[in-house]
Amino acid sequence: MMKILYSLIILLSVLTSANPATARELSVDLSEDVVQITAGFDGSELLLFGAADGMADIVVIVRGPIRDELVRRQERVMGVWANGAEVTFENVPSYYFIASNRPFEEFIPQEIARERQIGYQEMILTPKDDIAKAALDDATLGTFRDALIRVKQDHGLYGKKAGNVHFIGDNLFRTQLRFPNNIPVGQYAVDVFVFRDGRIADEHTTILGVQKFGMEAEVYDFAHRHALPYGVLAILLAAMAGWFANIIFRKG
Amino acid sequence: MHIYLPIAEISVNIFLILGLGGGVGFLSGVFGVGGGFLMTPLLIFIGIPPAVAVATEANQIVASSVSGVLAHWKRGNVDFKMGFALLFGGVIGSSVGVWLFALLRGLGQLDLVIKLSYVVFLGIIGFLMLIESINAMRRSRNHAPPKRRAHTWMHGLPFKMRFRRSRLYISALLPISIGILVGLLAAIMGVGGGFVMVPAMIYLLGMPTAVVVGTSLFQIIFVTANVTVLQAVNTQTVDVVLALLLLSGGVVGAQVGARVGVKLKGEQLRGLLALMVLIVCAKISYDLMVTPAELFTLGRGGH
Repeated sequence: MMKILYSLIILLSVLTSANPATARELSVDLSEDVVQITAGFDGSELLLFGAADGMADIVVIVRGPIRDELVRRQERVMGVWANGAEVTFENVPSYYFIASNRPFEEFIPQEIARERQIGYQEMILTPKDDIAKAALDDATLGTFRDALIRVKQDHGLYGKKAGNVHFIGDNLFRTQLRFPNNIPVGQYAVDVFVFRDGRIADEHTTILGVQKFGMEAEVYDFAHRHALPYGVLAILLAAMAGWFANIIFRKG
Repeated sequence: MHIYLPIAEISVNIFLILGLGGGVGFLSGVFGVGGGFLMTPLLIFIGIPPAVAVATEANQIVASSVSGVLAHWKRGNVDFKMGFALLFGGVIGSSVGVWLFALLRGLGQLDLVIKLSYVVFLGIIGFLMLIESINAMRRSRNHAPPKRRAHTWMHGLPFKMRFRRSRLYISALLPISIGILVGLLAAIMGVGGGFVMVPAMIYLLGMPTAVVVGTSLFQIIFVTANVTVLQAVNTQTVDVVLALLLLSGGVVGAQVGARVGVKLKGEQLRGLLALMVLIVCAKISYDLMVTPAELFTLGRGGH
């Protein structure tokens, strides 16, 4: 008797938690949870799947590991183009991609976009040292900021335009994430936001690892950990290849 | 078919790299120059980071020079005594050069210095060689005897040595100075330095053309080996995968080139090399002067 009562209680609790009013309405999964850079790597595509209430809007943002970026402006010096003024920005995402089911400016209020750094407009890019900040006026700093985003886009590391989030039926959605062949390794954050009535109804963050694998990883590690033996080995390989080619040709 | 380069951290087409290696290796075999002055700009052009291009090219030149020098050695065209004198200077010059490379990179002026060095050295040498080879061709057509070598201040320098293979009796300071200059260029420009050394040996030292090519290749092997190790230790920019691909194409090209080279006359060889040097010089000058499409560049911060 007690057993039946116990089961009923469990069943009831499951049913109430499934109630849309209280449940987390968002679940997300990636087709792979790691991007492996192997010998034949030439960029990669992942699928992001999710389930949410169809009446909501979805925004997906992927950010690569942050680092400092040095932006240099070419200036004409005595007829040739040389590196002139430079600004180092700190905590710059090495990779940035945004996708949404419709233009995100239409449904995201500016203050939320600013708070969550959604879109290039609201990306916080600050100069690393105060000297650079004091020496440059806002307009000049703005051109360096725009240039950073533009050059990153040219390198394929920042999405040129927002991607599309497609709904399949009422509450399933998917989007394609594309990584070019020059992506930096590290931990990527994949943020998914559900927007309803101009506020964030739910959000979910997935960590995606981008790492070298197999021979590529071993060569890189060896070159950095044992630099001198690596250099000597590189020479020996080269000398042997040259000698070997000579033998082959002498016989041929 | 693509392959990911572990140090350059980008993926490239295997056949493009093999083709580059083979083509430049061929020219290297014909002219006795490392081919770096063509390869390094080409690698940067296809998207290899300049620091990786310079360091990796040094590694590749080791292979093509070993292959080339063996072909010349068989014909007895290497003056080892002269080679060691050049090498002595080369090790000093290239060690200073790698240090200067890191300094300039920190100042953000490395790319400009590399390009200006290319313009200045390729321009002067290409022009001088072209004039000389035209004169030589005209002379041989008129059957006029070659001018006798003049006695200059260089013959008054101390530490005189006899270089039998080169049929020279000159101061050891001359090849050592040439070695220092060439070593410096090797480290900064990612070249073997043959395009400077070959004319210097012919015009400054007065060495016979046949011996010049083998001897310069001999010196280049060790100077570029020195640069490879120093760059591997200081900047970790030597990409062995890229180097192996380049040299697979390169050593084959160099062997074919060496066979074609012996069939050409000395002045024709110099004339062709001069033209090639001037074309590369003109291209780099043009790129320096024309307004770039993108005025801003990115570099990793943190200095």
